[in-house]
Amino acid sequence: MSTVDLFNAFLFIAYPYIAGFVFLLGTIYRYRETGFKVSSLSSQFLEGDALFWGIVPFHIGLLVLFFGHLSAFLFPQLTLAWNAEPLRLIILESTGFIFAVSTLFSLIFLLYRRLTNPRIRAVTTTMDYVIELLLLVQVFFGCWVAVAFRWGSSWFAADLTPYLWSLLTFTPDTTAVYALPWQIKVHIVGAFTILLMVPFTRLIHFLVAPLHYIFRPYQQVMWNWDRKGIRDPRTAWSAARPKNN
Amino acid sequence: MDVRSQVSMVFHLDKCIGCHTCSIACKNIWTDRKGAEYMWWNNVETKPGTGYPTKWEDQRIYKGGWERTGDGVALKGAGKRRGLTNIFHNPNLPVIDDYYEPFTYKYLDLIESPAGDDQPTARPISMITGEPMDIKMGPNWDDDLSGTPDYARNDPNLEALSPAEREAMFQLERMAFFYLPRICNHCLNPACVASCPSGAIYKRGEDGIVLINQEVCRGWRMCVTACPYKKSYYNWATGKSEKCILCYPRLEAGYAPACMHSCVGRIRYLGVMLYDAERIERVASSPTEDLVENQLGMILDPFDPEVILAAKANGIADSTIHAAQNSPTYKFVKKWKLALPLHPEFRTLPMLFYVPPLLPVMASVKPVDNEQQAEKMHEIAKYWPDNWLYDTSTKDLWGTLDQVRMPLKYMASLFSAGDTEQVKDRLKKLMAVRVHRRHTTVGDIDAEQAQRALFEADLTAELADEIYYLTSLAKFNDRFVIPAAHREQAIEMLEFAGDVKGSTGFGFKSGSATRGS
Ligand code: SF4
Ligand code: SF4
Repeated sequence: MSTVDLFNAFLFIAYPYIAGFVFLLGTIYRYRETGFKVSSLSSQFLEGDALFWGIVPFHIGLLVLFFGHLSAFLFPQLTLAWNAEPLRLIILESTGFIFAVSTLFSLIFLLYRRLTNPRIRAVTTTMDYVIELLLLVQVFFGCWVAVAFRWGSSWFAADLTPYLWSLLTFTPDTTAVYALPWQIKVHIVGAFTILLMVPFTRLIHFLVAPLHYIFRPYQQVMWNWDRKGIRDPRTAWSAARPKNN
Repeated sequence: MDVRSQVSMVFHLDKCIGCHTCSIACKNIWTDRKGAEYMWWNNVETKPGTGYPTKWEDQRIYKGGWERTGDGVALKGAGKRRGLTNIFHNPNLPVIDDYYEPFTYKYLDLIESPAGDDQPTARPISMITGEPMDIKMGPNWDDDLSGTPDYARNDPNLEALSPAEREAMFQLERMAFFYLPRICNHCLNPACVASCPSGAIYKRGEDGIVLINQEVCRGWRMCVTACPYKKSYYNWATGKSEKCILCYPRLEAGYAPACMHSCVGRIRYLGVMLYDAERIERVASSPTEDLVENQLGMILDPFDPEVILAAKANGIADSTIHAAQNSPTYKFVKKWKLALPLHPEFRTLPMLFYVPPLLPVMASVKPVDNEQQAEKMHEIAKYWPDNWLYDTSTKDLWGTLDQVRMPLKYMASLFSAGDTEQVKDRLKKLMAVRVHRRHTTVGDIDAEQAQRALFEADLTAELADEIYYLTSLAKFNDRFVIPAAHREQAIEMLEFAGDVKGSTGFGFKSGSATRGS
């Protein structure tokens, strides 16, 4: 194997597994050991107005992009069938691109806000800068790829989906990936790097999105002891742990 | 009937001297930490005034509390739909400038500055950024500033008054103010609990204290919006919300909360009240004019055998029932009907009640001729050329109530959702107790007049003496009747007590019985 081959094998076979492994173990470790810190440190309380113009397009853009990539990964045939019609292809691609650009600009704006507002600087950690720059590079390359190598939604479904599935099924097949232009390779490696960084940065908060709120009753009362059973001689004690301790 | 017990509070506003000792006691114990410097779980405001955070009572700005919908109540600025759609950016979140930017001073500069021509000064610096700053606001910035255009005149409660009434209230000679100490109300229908997407906030079943589990809180900040009293605070350094915990570790050990223990005016009372949890939703969604009556209605009589039976069936300890029977808050709120909740129209069913202040209300201003008096004075005596006098005489018993310095409508906007009759009732009683006591101690009010006052206020001499006792003479144990926390039973839920049975206290089981081999 040549050095280039070796390097490629590392980037597209070993590295994804390392990233996935670190993500899994790191997340479990962080949740168990420093559960208190599993959230994103909101700075809206220190500065709220400018934040709105960055944070909302950023989150919405990122969600659209994420689910866009995810659907091409989960339903490649459907994506290709949809793209068979040029008009539909253009609608899909331009929607994605608009959200990508808005994500890019809102990221730049958020970074600017973080750097210029002394209050926000006071609550910023090095990791916040790291992850923001990483995302910036990632979205930037995503936009570049979208313009320079059309049409991404189609070749993603045709080339990358099989590659990602091969990784997931532990039978890595990298022939298609090796042949890709370097910009796309950077974007792929960037994606794995972000995955790897999740447990070490504020990105972790997406894992605790409070969707269970929808299903719970509004009011919550918790008891230290079984209030009905306490006077019953047959239940001198109970082995059930209460939820709040 | 689903009987539960609630540790409730009464603050007697006539007795508050505005010393802020309560706030300091709380600060020293709980919020003297990074990110919490700006928090005052206990704060004391001057009323009329804008309060802390500025204009917190104006829910058009802060969108706190519940509002009535067709068949129930819904959170005004949070809830499942609004909370989750605004999860990235909460448009109704107050920012730190609505409270104040916490500051300290560079004291070291006083000592370490090099010699020079000027005195060194300790410049104020921000406790967020560490940079020098100009102090624009503090937690009680409008302390004692009644009548000032920036503060008192922006009091949201003044909207209940006509422009003329407002002007009359702020005439320099009539100006009055009182103090309003505030902590979390540990509500029966807490908006903070309902708004928390993570489910981190809960009401403790045993005593009704509302707590935020810091491990579960993910800092979505919805409770800060939802609490209409702005008593849930966001810690900008830890990214978690925090609130008054009613000093539950002290309560469990039988001590009064720090703010109450330290209260100089002895205005604070704490005790258990039993209530019917089945009625929470119905009461919270009653028409505005019935809110106070209905809330008082769901508080149960701890002497009623049926209530006692239902309480026992619900696992409420005998000691708690006993505490409820001796509760000072039950007496003030329900038996004597002397106390009212703060802003019941927020519909959280707050369990901190206030005895409305009589003093600034009852005095009126009468013109007098001071010139004659001045002539009699020694020439070096200080003399103000005033021609008015505070008149606190009670000749025409309730007459002053209607031409008071602090309009009843203002009080009603604070304590009874606008119903002046409720406030008037309370003030009449307070007045009658005074008339009665003046008759017994000073004797310059005749028995007939004292009798009439009591009768009209719906009191008897015995009740009036009871009220007088608990108001003026009450000792520590009368003011705070704290139920036993029974943690010895609660521990059995944390650890399976059967595991250690037979372990002879040494943590292993085999030993004592089978020794010999
Ligand atoms: S006063 Fe506010 S923080 Fe306290 S229980 Fe009521 S809604 Fe919650
Ligand atoms: S310590 Fe008591 S008297 Fe002093 S401000 Fe607080 S509540 Fe009022």
